[in-house]
Amino acid sequence: MDTTGSLFLPPGSSTISSEFDALFYFLVYASIVFLGIVVFSIVLFSLRYRKRGVEETPTPGISHSTKLEITWSIVPTILVMIVFVWGFRIYMKMNVVPRDAMEIKVTGQKWFWTFDYPEGANTLNELVVPAGKPVKLLMSSRDVIHSFFVPDFRIKMDVLPNRYTVTWFEAPEIGEHNLFCTEFCGKGHSEMIGRVRVVSEREYAEWLETSGAGGEELPPDQYGAALFVAKACNTCHSVEGKRLVGPALNGVFGKPVMLTGGGEATVDENYVRESILEPQASIVAGYEPVMPTYQGILKDRQIDALIAYIKSLK
Amino acid sequence: MKGIPENHYLNAARGIKSWLLTLDHKRIGVLYLFGIMAAFLVGGVFAMLIRLELLSPAKELMEADTYNHVFTLHGAIMIFLFIIPSIPAALGNFVLPQMIGAKDVAFPRLNLASWWIYILGSAFAVYSIATGSIDTGWTFYTPYSTESTGSVVSMTLGVFILGFSSIFTGLNFIVTIHKMRAPGQTWFKLPLFVWGLYATAIIQVLATPVLGITLILLILERVASIGIFDPAMGGDPVLFQHFFWFYSHPAVYIMILPGMGIISELVSVFSHKKIFGYKAIAFSSLAIAFISFLVWGHHMFVSGQSQLAAMLFSLLTFLVGIPSGIKVFNWLATMYRGRITFEAPMLYTLSFLVLFTIGGLTGIFLGALAVDVHLHDTYFVVAHFHYVMMGGTVMAFLGGLHYWWPKIWGRMYNELWAKISVAFIFVGFNMTFFTQFILGAQGMPRRYYSYLDQYQPLHGFSSVGSWVMGIGFIIMGIYLVHAIFKGRPAGDNPWGALTFEWQTTSPPPRENFTVPPVLTHGPYDYDKIVPERTA
Repeated sequence: MDTTGSLFLPPGSSTISSEFDALFYFLVYASIVFLGIVVFSIVLFSLRYRKRGVEETPTPGISHSTKLEITWSIVPTILVMIVFVWGFRIYMKMNVVPRDAMEIKVTGQKWFWTFDYPEGANTLNELVVPAGKPVKLLMSSRDVIHSFFVPDFRIKMDVLPNRYTVTWFEAPEIGEHNLFCTEFCGKGHSEMIGRVRVVSEREYAEWLETSGAGGEELPPDQYGAALFVAKACNTCHSVEGKRLVGPALNGVFGKPVMLTGGGEATVDENYVRESILEPQASIVAGYEPVMPTYQGILKDRQIDALIAYIKSLK
Repeated sequence: MKGIPENHYLNAARGIKSWLLTLDHKRIGVLYLFGIMAAFLVGGVFAMLIRLELLSPAKELMEADTYNHVFTLHGAIMIFLFIIPSIPAALGNFVLPQMIGAKDVAFPRLNLASWWIYILGSAFAVYSIATGSIDTGWTFYTPYSTESTGSVVSMTLGVFILGFSSIFTGLNFIVTIHKMRAPGQTWFKLPLFVWGLYATAIIQVLATPVLGITLILLILERVASIGIFDPAMGGDPVLFQHFFWFYSHPAVYIMILPGMGIISELVSVFSHKKIFGYKAIAFSSLAIAFISFLVWGHHMFVSGQSQLAAMLFSLLTFLVGIPSGIKVFNWLATMYRGRITFEAPMLYTLSFLVLFTIGGLTGIFLGALAVDVHLHDTYFVVAHFHYVMMGGTVMAFLGGLHYWWPKIWGRMYNELWAKISVAFIFVGFNMTFFTQFILGAQGMPRRYYSYLDQYQPLHGFSSVGSWVMGIGFIIMGIYLVHAIFKGRPAGDNPWGALTFEWQTTSPPPRENFTVPPVLTHGPYDYDKIVPERTA
């Protein structure tokens, strides 16, 4: 298994990646040969047939050559047909999900990913899967079109608001991989980055035991800090004063804020709770009403922990 | 004639009104030239801002929201205001009637209307920018474009209006080419640039209405909440992609076919040799125009369309590539045993041959289904279409601009500065965009305001490349404008070319020819005639 990547490609980490890489590099080398022919001809003809001296005589009237023209039509046609069939065969493998695949529901929305596991757990922006087991992803979007792309796995599929799309992968080795959104979806598009964590079967089982949460034993503010990242709050809210899609959250607790459409509110426990569960209710002036609701995603105890964390931010 | 003639189209009438209401195709071509150069400048400034912001993952000079507006405007302006009208409406308008020995196009008033509609469409685009602008990407994908808060309606209305300007030009050219050729100038004695414009005109007339309809549907959805594309209203967002690419893929050939026409002229003129495989080049233009209508689905391999559809679109995509490959071989074969000179237009031709070949070869990557899955919507695609559109069409446009500049103004630019400028542009272009092939294959998605640290070195290099290219364009702007006022007179035929436009004076008289030309030789008969060069 290639774990370092090459000049063009990132490390290949799925069962499909080596087949993909073979076709990709065949195309790279074939392209170098063809480009070489073109550049070599240009250089050779430019040197050999450049105008010398002042004599101006007619040049040879070569109008065409049927043999040559048939050759340079047929040979590239055969080559691209090979590439067509080759590309199509791998594409079908990418699209036909193995029967024994485990199914994970993927939801894309502005601007994070939610993963729902068959055992009932859910995670945000981190997909945890067991190594050596095919994983089917059943995907849909809550708002605009997103696209699910894991470069190391060589897979990509658009995530649509009005229908389910499917892709699958199997990662033989444990490791961590980037997950990008590749369909433009607005302000937070380039922050819509997640991770795929491939773990051993045993570790996966253990992880499910704690239902993907972990950290509940910590003090509330530290648990809140962990949730702030795990639930992708940090995609839109900074904690050091930087303006992202939403307002920064340090030093706001207990202070008044101006709301869109006039009015004022104090950032207290109830305001934060309302902002998490009914984000459109009271928008801070100068920001757009784009935050999704966390109803059903966060438990009460987790909301408490987040409030404790925001309180602690100076 | 070696100097500047006493009477020509530039001094035939005076005053601003004589320009704005002119029916002279040459003046309309020049008006278009000013329009598209202004658009190229604005779109180019946006491009420089994009590259500056991407110098590092951190914020350089703008917020994510501003960045999204900037890359959208770069794309929309370059596509709709610059590259689509660039060769046909500016250079084609100026040269086409002269190339077929005619006094003007078939419908001079329609021609003027086309320019005014272009200005009207541009005004809507400017209005959109002034009233909130748009952040949807030039592709206006739904449902994002349905719910985006920007000034989407005025921009799409602008593009809708611009479509008519394109249709008018296409219609005019088709009739002109059919009906107004000089005595003895049969179809196979036409310069290949005319064939290129003809194939382009067919696509303009047939495909542009589909874009118009699509944009009107989008406007109806936004304004009247009629659900067509937005699932929240019962529509289907993928339907928009089908409609959009049904125009926008053929539109790629609206952009490249006239460029291929220019290259066919230049490679023959500067090799001083008969074009190789005239009929193959002419027919491959028509073949490309025809097949181009059947490949739109290759923009949608990961959109959830059926695997059967994807398979057919992939097959057809490879077929449309073959005629382009044939043309490249024909151009190379034209240089064989020629007497090649290397003035600026030829340097642009050679740049085109290298860059367009890279663009075409990387198109094969994207046409192969499995490979596209990984590369789709990454910087690999960005690099690919810049190699085809900028490395292809823009290089051909610049070659044509330098080739006909002395015909348009009667004066030559400084050849040394022109060569320096080509060098900057060629090197800068490759620095900017070749790195993006690697970025994309490594997984860097397009339309990202910020990115992971691992991509920084290549992004940084790409941004430096854009400055090198920028210097090249600044130099070009200076020497081209200088040439209009201070250049030395070019004479009728500075390059020793055989097509009709070089048989009249530079600049040409109001009606192009003092004596209507009669065809005595083919456009590329360098095996029979050695025309005298006047510069």
